[in-house]
Amino acid sequence: MSDAVVSSSDKPSAQPVQAAHGWFSRTLDSDLFYSFRRSKLTMVAAAITVLFFLLAIFASVLAVQNPFDPAQLQLMNSRISPLWTADGQSPFLLGTDEQGRDVFSAILYGMRISLAVGVAGVIFAGALGIALGLIAGYFGGAVDGVIMRIADVQLTFPAILIALLVNGIAKSILGNRLDATSMLVVLVISIGLSFWVGYARTVRSSVMVEKNKDYVAAAQLIGLPAPKIMLRHVLPNTMGPILVIATINLALAIITEATLSFLGVGLPDTMPSLGTLIRIGNNYLFAGEWWIVAFPGLALAALILSINLLGDWLRDALNPKLR
Amino acid sequence: MTEPVLSVRDLHVEFASRRGTLRAIDGVSFDIAKGEVLGVVGESGAGKSVTGLAVIGLIDPPGRIAGGEIRLAGLRIDNLPPEELRRIRGKRIGMIFQDPLTSLNPLYKVGDQIVETIRTHLNLSEQAARRRAIDLLAEVGIPAPEKRIDGYPHEFSGGMRQRVVIALAICAEPELIIADEPTTALDVSVQAQIISLIKRLGRDHGTAVMLVTHDMGVIAETSDRVAVMYAGRVAEIGPVQDVVKNPLHPYAKGLMGAIPTLAGEDKRLVQIPGSMPRLSAIPRGCSFNPRCAFAFDRCRVERPEPLPRGTQSVACHLYDDVPAESVV
Amino acid sequence: MLAFTLRRAVQAIGVMFAVGIIAFSMFRFAGDPVNQIVSIDTSAAERAIVRKSLGLDDPVPVQFVRYFADAAQFKFGVSYQFRQPVATLLMERMPATLELAICATVFAMVFGILMGVYSALKRDTVLAKLFQAVSLIGISLPTFLIGILLIYLFAVTLGWLPSFGRGEVVKLGWWTTGLLTVSGLKALIMPSITLGLFQMTLIMRLVRAEMLEVLRTDYIRFARARGLTTRAIHFGHALRNTLIPVITVAGLQFGSVIAFSIITETVFQWPGMGLLFVQAVQNVDIPIMAAYLLMVSLIFVTINLVVDILYTVVDPRLRSTVGRAS
Repeated sequence: MSDAVVSSSDKPSAQPVQAAHGWFSRTLDSDLFYSFRRSKLTMVAAAITVLFFLLAIFASVLAVQNPFDPAQLQLMNSRISPLWTADGQSPFLLGTDEQGRDVFSAILYGMRISLAVGVAGVIFAGALGIALGLIAGYFGGAVDGVIMRIADVQLTFPAILIALLVNGIAKSILGNRLDATSMLVVLVISIGLSFWVGYARTVRSSVMVEKNKDYVAAAQLIGLPAPKIMLRHVLPNTMGPILVIATINLALAIITEATLSFLGVGLPDTMPSLGTLIRIGNNYLFAGEWWIVAFPGLALAALILSINLLGDWLRDALNPKLR
Repeated sequence: MTEPVLSVRDLHVEFASRRGTLRAIDGVSFDIAKGEVLGVVGESGAGKSVTGLAVIGLIDPPGRIAGGEIRLAGLRIDNLPPEELRRIRGKRIGMIFQDPLTSLNPLYKVGDQIVETIRTHLNLSEQAARRRAIDLLAEVGIPAPEKRIDGYPHEFSGGMRQRVVIALAICAEPELIIADEPTTALDVSVQAQIISLIKRLGRDHGTAVMLVTHDMGVIAETSDRVAVMYAGRVAEIGPVQDVVKNPLHPYAKGLMGAIPTLAGEDKRLVQIPGSMPRLSAIPRGCSFNPRCAFAFDRCRVERPEPLPRGTQSVACHLYDDVPAESVV
Repeated sequence: MLAFTLRRAVQAIGVMFAVGIIAFSMFRFAGDPVNQIVSIDTSAAERAIVRKSLGLDDPVPVQFVRYFADAAQFKFGVSYQFRQPVATLLMERMPATLELAICATVFAMVFGILMGVYSALKRDTVLAKLFQAVSLIGISLPTFLIGILLIYLFAVTLGWLPSFGRGEVVKLGWWTTGLLTVSGLKALIMPSITLGLFQMTLIMRLVRAEMLEVLRTDYIRFARARGLTTRAIHFGHALRNTLIPVITVAGLQFGSVIAFSIITETVFQWPGMGLLFVQAVQNVDIPIMAAYLLMVSLIFVTINLVVDILYTVVDPRLRSTVGRAS
């Protein structure tokens, strides 16, 4: 190696995720915030993500109609093209579908459902994964072996396949004719069961490291229960990586929900998510009514791309070593 | 006087970094004659390896040759276009790197790697190149070469792999071999064999050798002349016996004091206090002055230039007692 | 190396066993096998007789062994929807899925490697940056959206390619192929691109990263010091060393390609196993779901094993040493 290069390039060493309490205090200090401010792309992505969340939350205020309420839909308003085209009609900014549903309103409500299922799925997966990771790491031995083997096997299969299977099994147990709300629950569970492995592995390895540290033994000596110690010390340490996994998983969960709904095993037409809207719109593509599928598709793509960009940035900023 | 095989004049190599330009080589000059072994010695970071890479034209960005000239048998090679430089690499200049374990591509048979190199530089048929490869393996001392030629690198021991690397370096009969720490990664017992192999090859083929090492013992054993480098400059250069017996530069004195000898068992090894400065923090004046026991005011402000002193040449103000104009 | 292969084989059998338990549980508990035989208006007494004749009163382990033995002979029961043996349905549709998956993988490998090598060697060019941007979008766009976009462009707007189905197929024994007719080939183009795009971006990123890594190694530096041509260094030495991990990943991904074909087949109404599976999930056709799970797992496990063995063939270091996996 050329000696000079080695001695001259003191690159900024990977900032270690410090064992500090309170992930938030670290968030706001220098490096993370700085790298956020430096990346314009990340700022745009963050702005779009926040905008989409706001649109979803205030859907009922912003929408011109409630697309779930059949009473508000009028067939005479069906298949109107977007406002700027020759046949456009106010107030239907992005046109309407075959039931006279305003595409813009449908996107707002669909976004709300996609985000709700995504966030709920990620929370469920996170809770399950963290719990199983803590159990596996803390008890070790056979328990650990069984949990991690399941994780290994599951990891070889794509999440969409797992989600489809869970979905099918749930429906066969609960009966095929489920109302929209139970379908929502089934979807969240399918997604949760598809994505728990990442959290479990991260938490487990962190527990394994912490378990053998002196302070755990010391705390046990003064009579503190070990599980409590683990929770207090392990979880804060893994918050960074878990947040990264959660962000990337949010994008994956939204894709999974959209895909399931597109495949016709997700949410019913009466409660459409972005995926359902795309499936419905796809049927009208050949008739030239492209707007019914194009705008939900665009919204979904923009949402996922933004969340992915945020996730990428978060991963690099929090710990460059985490691949 | 015959032309030296390699002639380096006032070489400068710079690396662009975030904190400005770092000067890795700062005005280095030396010659190597046909059949001569020049040892280049110094601590890590002194610029020995960079000098070798500059000669063979392998300084990669952000590094660049910023000044001076390098001549190979009279032909200036530091400013050649990349393709012409490539034709010289491996054909007229052979190079041996430090770690034989990582120098060979693990996925190719050693024979294929040698044949590939031979056919890149010499107009030989596949058959002829293979025969030559076997001869080369025999010459560098690999037993049963006609069998081992079809082995993969991982099937060779470290010393044997370094022999393969040497065979690769000499396969087009180069005029100059640059050996960059060729023994550092090897077992002590193998080091001597490799050193004597390089020395023998140099003698048999009349090849000039530039031997880069931090090991003064290796140099004393192998080299005809030695250049002592410090912080990107040549502190002292001269015939190896003279420099070893009578080092002039305070740094060279320290370095020679640091060679253990069998004869002087009662003498204590001398240590040079401190460590070499980083490239980003080279002191003003003589770069050695903070560690030098003989430093005086002038050393802290003015950089010493090489001064001829008998057979040696030394860059130190201690020897500048005669006014510069009268030195011939 | 034999020990290494054996260990992998044992692992593979373990995975198949676990999947078998899941498939059996689905078959036995989530769906009622009696429903395969009887119609809706069969009386409870008749159902009990059928139940007994199917051996559903036997202890669960006995049933499990029986299910496994049947599955090993490709007897997966009868589909609720089609009233046909599941094995027949699957076998009919397997060629369509495999042809699609293979074409998608070939597409992904060829373009992924080309783009990856290009963006590693010409890192700062506009095209390389464009490839990087495309790869980010390729990872972010859901497969079905890509399919819809392609259909809109090439089928609806331009009318160049068919939007659904396999086109004309030729029978070769029990195998049906679309590779021998023009319409079959045309029908393959869009589904293959849709299915392969995600793998392509994956391979491209991997090739780029690996190639940059390899170009920094000592043996590449030594190859340059030997005066080899840039071409020989890049395509002889660097590429070959890059391709080892790429082959592994691409091989392992082949299983995922088959699983992901569920989505592509639905978008393009491609008559393969994936479409059958989606219809099964929609209609809660448990025997098909269980059988599909077993089949896909078998393919996955076989591929993993083949990739492991292939790895030792490509990398001479693994041939002589025993199991240096990672």
